Amino acid sequence: MFVLVEMVDTVRIPPWDFQRQLNTAISEELNKKLANKVVYNVGLCICLYDITKLEDSYIFPGDGASHTKVHFRYVVFHPFLDEILVGKIKYCSQEGVHVTMGFFDDILIPPESLQQPAKFDEAEQVWLWEYETDEGAHDLYMDQGEEIRFRVTDEVFIDTSPTGPATAASETPAQPGQSSTAPPEDNGEKKEAPYTLIATICEPGLGLLSWWNN
Amino acid sequence: MEVKNSSAAMLSNYEVFKLLTDLKEQRKDSGKNKHSVGQQNLNTIMYETLKYLSKTPCSRQSPEIVKEFLNTMMPHKLTKAEKLMILNHRPQTAVEMQLLVEESEERLSEEQIEELIQIVSEALPGDPEQENAEMEEAGEQS
Repeated sequence: MFVLVEMVDTVRIPPWDFQRQLNTAISEELNKKLANKVVYNVGLCICLYDITKLEDSYIFPGDGASHTKVHFRYVVFHPFLDEILVGKIKYCSQEGVHVTMGFFDDILIPPESLQQPAKFDEAEQVWLWEYETDEGAHDLYMDQGEEIRFRVTDEVFIDTSPTGPATAASETPAQPGQSSTAPPEDNGEKKEAPYTLIATICEPGLGLLSWWNN
Repeated sequence: MEVKNSSAAMLSNYEVFKLLTDLKEQRKDSGKNKHSVGQQNLNTIMYETLKYLSKTPCSRQSPEIVKEFLNTMMPHKLTKAEKLMILNHRPQTAVEMQLLVEESEERLSEEQIEELIQIVSEALPGDPEQENAEMEEAGEQS
């Protein structure tokens, strides 16, 4: 589920933080920059693991702050292909079942990857599995909040960096959330998730945990 | 910012759980500056990840348990990814085990799967609440 990613970056420490230990100040800056943000083609950054190398700190003309090149390792949420994970059902829609893990929300199980035969109940907005036994057909509902076990089949990274003044109608300030830069937002334009996982439950053992517990 | 190696190492849930709990302890002592605007993201992700991990088997593991587990798993010829998933999930039924091990019908016989479930049950501590409930049920039936 989690991997260690080696990165290099230049960290700026303002003069009023010079009395602090360099390592502490740098750790805090790195966490401020990366925690809970998605890095394109890498994953969702969780927290700093350690600092492997600190190069010399420089002060440039015009700016009183020190700039230090830091080599560090960061804990990133990046499940590998075919990994089995457990999450909770957030809600169901025509697009499929949306699953959340608390710290990561954008997991989608498309209708073709549900246990077949599956049907969407429009009235209750819930997907269900029409499970056939000798006694007849049982409808197993995929209700909100239920724990679900799934296999990761695909991941989609979308670059949500700002595209510039020519294409954006209006720009909103950066919002705390999952993208590393603010997406240009139109009124009515849907915000794309920078990192989405596509999953399947079309195998014995996958699906709601209650389906497989005796 | 440059990414030197986007997959330098795989981490077990237990390692991330321990890292976050230690970080939380450290930040508790630091006092007021954890509530500043810049720290909100770290607070959010730490809280949510700890909430998720504390409900998984990794919250009951320790470095010795993990080392012991990997030693007992060595003769079974499972890939690193499979051992990692077994460590994170603690499968208790044959269905779960077959899910985590690729091509399990060809590589493992039924007895071997049972043996693996036995090893997992003994090496990795389970949920005390769940085990008490199961013991109560067994007590009622007998």
